[in-house]
Amino acid sequence: MSTNARDAGALAPPLDYLDQRTGLAKVLKEFSRKIFPDHWSFLLGEIALFSFIVLLLTGTFISLFFVPSMDEVTYSGPLATMQGVEMSKAFDSTLHLSFEVTGGLLMRQMHHWAALIFIGAIVVHMFRIFFTGAFRKPREINWIIGFTLLILGLAEGFSGYSLPDDVLSGNGLRITDGVVKSIPIIGSYLSYFIFGGEFPGQHIIPRLFTVHILLVPALILGLIGLHLFLVVLQKHTQFPGAGRTNKNVVGYPIFPVYAAKQAGMFFIIFGVLALMGATMTINPVWNYGPYDPSPISAGAQPDWYMLFLEGALRLTPGFLEVVIGGYTLSLNILIPAVVVPGLLFTSMALYPFIESWASGDKREHHVLDRPRNAPVRTALGYSLLSVFLVLVLAGTNDIIATHFSLSIEAITWTFRVLIFVLPVVTFTVAKRVALGLQRKDREMVLHGHETGKIVRFDTGEYIEVHQPLDEEERWLRVQHEPRRPIPLLPAQNERGVRRPGYRRDAIRSRVSRFFYADRVEPVTPAELAAAQAHGGHDEISASQHDAPELTATREGSSAG
Amino acid sequence: MKAIAARRHHRFAPVVLLALALLTTGVLYAAFTPGPAQAASAPTQDDLTAGNNLFRANCATCHGMNAQGRPGVAPSLIGVGAAAVDFQVSTGRMPLMNQGAQAPAKPVIFTEEQIRQMAAWVASLGPGPAVPAPEEVDPAKGDAAQGMELFRTNCAMCHGAVGQGGALTNGKYAPNLGKASPTTIYEAMVTGPQSMPVFNNATITPQEKRDIIAYLQAQKAGSPGGVTLGSIGPVSEGLWAWLLGIGALIGAAVWIGAKSS
Amino acid sequence: MSDESTEVGLPVEQHALPQRFENPGLPEHHPRLTDVDDGAAKRSERIVVVLFMLSALGTIGAIVAYFTVPPGATIASIRLSTMLIGFGLAATFIFAGAASVHWSKSLMNDHEKIEYRHPMVSDTETREQASEMLADGMSDTGLSRRGAIKGAMITAVALAPLGFAVPLIGSVGGDWDISKFRHTMWKKGLRLTHDPTGRPIKASDVTIGSAVHVIPEGLNKLEHPLDEKSKAMVLVIRLDPRDLHEAPDREGWSYEGIVAYSKVCTHVGCPVALYEQRTHHLLCPCHQSTFDISNGAKVIFGPADRPLPQLPITVDTEGYLVAQSDFHEPVGPSFWERLK
Repeated sequence: MSTNARDAGALAPPLDYLDQRTGLAKVLKEFSRKIFPDHWSFLLGEIALFSFIVLLLTGTFISLFFVPSMDEVTYSGPLATMQGVEMSKAFDSTLHLSFEVTGGLLMRQMHHWAALIFIGAIVVHMFRIFFTGAFRKPREINWIIGFTLLILGLAEGFSGYSLPDDVLSGNGLRITDGVVKSIPIIGSYLSYFIFGGEFPGQHIIPRLFTVHILLVPALILGLIGLHLFLVVLQKHTQFPGAGRTNKNVVGYPIFPVYAAKQAGMFFIIFGVLALMGATMTINPVWNYGPYDPSPISAGAQPDWYMLFLEGALRLTPGFLEVVIGGYTLSLNILIPAVVVPGLLFTSMALYPFIESWASGDKREHHVLDRPRNAPVRTALGYSLLSVFLVLVLAGTNDIIATHFSLSIEAITWTFRVLIFVLPVVTFTVAKRVALGLQRKDREMVLHGHETGKIVRFDTGEYIEVHQPLDEEERWLRVQHEPRRPIPLLPAQNERGVRRPGYRRDAIRSRVSRFFYADRVEPVTPAELAAAQAHGGHDEISASQHDAPELTATREGSSAG
Repeated sequence: MKAIAARRHHRFAPVVLLALALLTTGVLYAAFTPGPAQAASAPTQDDLTAGNNLFRANCATCHGMNAQGRPGVAPSLIGVGAAAVDFQVSTGRMPLMNQGAQAPAKPVIFTEEQIRQMAAWVASLGPGPAVPAPEEVDPAKGDAAQGMELFRTNCAMCHGAVGQGGALTNGKYAPNLGKASPTTIYEAMVTGPQSMPVFNNATITPQEKRDIIAYLQAQKAGSPGGVTLGSIGPVSEGLWAWLLGIGALIGAAVWIGAKSS
Repeated sequence: MSDESTEVGLPVEQHALPQRFENPGLPEHHPRLTDVDDGAAKRSERIVVVLFMLSALGTIGAIVAYFTVPPGATIASIRLSTMLIGFGLAATFIFAGAASVHWSKSLMNDHEKIEYRHPMVSDTETREQASEMLADGMSDTGLSRRGAIKGAMITAVALAPLGFAVPLIGSVGGDWDISKFRHTMWKKGLRLTHDPTGRPIKASDVTIGSAVHVIPEGLNKLEHPLDEKSKAMVLVIRLDPRDLHEAPDREGWSYEGIVAYSKVCTHVGCPVALYEQRTHHLLCPCHQSTFDISNGAKVIFGPADRPLPQLPITVDTEGYLVAQSDFHEPVGPSFWERLK
């Protein structure tokens, strides 16, 4: 808003000062009214970003009182259940921070809640990107950066969770040590590398402290910067809709609308976390006591984002441990803790490249997919989520057992079966649902809304009156481009010579058919005209439902 | 003391010493294995008869008329002591309603008087741990910090860090100790009901038992951090982070993203 | 949807229609209530002002709570202090956030604007110029003619990190003596004592059905007791000797039904400690490996593969439980060279 007192071209004094020294006005001109599209799901990444800022703020507060040392001291604070107990300085200072620093417990609890929500929001954000196809060209690099941020988030969470040196997180470190030792050839040395000698040693807390407050946060900050820079550079994607194309972006300017909404979102996140920190106990280390290798408590679980690993470890049967030539290969640990997560994460990281290879699509995409319009992608996403869900539930099997009066063994066996069956079932159902929704879209475009009005013709025939869609409604349902499998060229050229690269093409064609063979294509203007030409009275006749355009086709001889 | 010192070279001294040693051992043994004699008030013959009648009516079907037990059905109760009866009956675990993975706590169907009588009768069958006296289970006489160290070494692996309970094999479980009375906790330690190991007075001394009771009593003050979320650790924290935290924040995002009317 | 249907089933004149629908363009702007009704706009303005004021009050509340409600020394007072400061902070931010969002939604200009995108790829001319410049730069280095420099440079650059990495890796693992995995402090004649008190244990005190958590005598006097405890901790259990099935090579490792097993899980090292005295099952709470104590601690369920190592025990002349020797195998999780 310009003020009437100043003449139109002048900048406010501080901006003028900066512009004369940095050319700031050019940046302001470029960015202050930059357009961002508006959709609630575009704020999921912000939940992660702003909880990270809360993490930095509360983390700075608590790091001022935390002592990352494993030297032993005797407790003498206010807590009756710890009087005279020997503990490390790390644990002692955590208790001091919690009970003697005014506001300390609030900050600690906010920090931990923010950590859980930070990683949760990353996951939700990532699946929004996945289901809407926002990872497609030119955003593959940003997908990889986001994926790296997820991994760093897990590392940051795990290293912070272990810092108070309590029994629960100490047993988590012990499990980590066990997993590390299972790695062939270098495992034992890797354990020494991490712990500075034998577990637990005197070094792990200070080392994790450096990792937690220096190395990983620096990497996260840097990558967040890069992540956001690319969002600005490539401009945000937008959902399909009237007036939105691959060549424009429709929305509101950063200043003031988007800035106000962003600030509002940040404040609300900060406020919700403060409310949680004020009223809900999290990680009550005073219940677990200082680390000692001997005790353990029922309900020994890591924070939620590590539960899938815990679940995988619980599900894998022991007989997989083998001895080869006198060397022990603990496949019962390697498979669940290294191989399975490795495969899951690698396939997630590489997905954009796999899909673009399968589709052969090298164009830029800025308009998002509706998840139903990419049935196989959507089904793969749900399938992955179902694996994750089974693993998380398997990681909580003892809690499920006590709360639902079941036996741990029965639960474990059920999950051992489900881990193989559920992803397949989920994939099939999700794909069918997506195709079904696409058919419903076609139905709507061709025949309009059902009005519930029944009309009787002179001939005695009854029909329901359908109201055609308006242009914008129809556009939403027909805007997507049909995706078809890549046709496979014959193995021999016209002279009967075997074509080089045929095998690779054959594999690619098979993958492409997996993705795109089953499909429902959007209504074309010709089809709509044909449907309307059929006359206004037989929209609901049974023969329409058998018409070829309403059924998904298995790709036949004629390639699309 | 001078008199003793003067006679210490007497030729009967070894005999007296031996007798004293035996006596001390006997007394200590009696102290460490609480016998029926320690019960609050000595049972009368009427109590024993009433207890026997109650037993025949309510327990003998499974445990046998003389509490000798029936293999594969119910254990012998000879020598389990009054503490075992008091624990099982006053928490409603016995009589058993139906065979399951383990006997759950239920509403109690006997009066305190009846329980005392049954306990007295079972205690009369053979020596076993008695119902503890009030000062043996007085949390005020225990050290909660000592109790914390003992609890987490001996109890927390099954009952959880603050006694919230946990799962065992094949549908069995360690119950929540939140509502267990100090007497019940003590009796469970000395008798080792169902899956629970026995913690006799040599493994956990009577003072240590009071420390543990004091620690559990201290949990009644709740958590300094606010609501406890069931004290079952990161699983409930994760669940609430999703339901409440992420739920509320997605709600906020939807509000921010929605067009104003 | 197959191609035939569009081409075969339709009247000829409809081939004139385009293959795809046209984007109808941005829908027209619908004014909000606050755009057309001055009263509504004034109301919204008032709401925003009130929300910002409530936020300021929240801050004052948090500061007042900080000075007037210190944590004190009881659970209840710590809870109260935490809660009040937290409520102040939450009010500050939630009200400010709500004000900001409400302002932007109801009062700021809500006409959607369009910005045009440009392809990410640079135009041909720029690409050519860039490639030319790089080629010029390369030819300036003369590397194509002076191959020796290239090799030398790659060698130097590849080796350079080692000067940093070698001292780091060399120092970070302590003495790198992984043979320590194989030994614990248990040795012949060392007494078994209670964890954590260190009280020695008489065999006669371990009654049937008891489970006793054990550390070696003198453990608490070590400089770093936890390092040794994480390997040497043991669970002592007494079974009815009739229930105990001992392997022939382990006869004499128990004492009158008293057995001692390592408490470190052979899966990934959690303390295995959930002993069920009726079934003699020992359950690990971390991943539910279940060991049968009556049968050499054999695995009967879960992800562990190997039985828990057994500590051979006996009694000394005073009747206290003592170890016969160290464990006969490394305790805890498997590792690559475990059997070497």
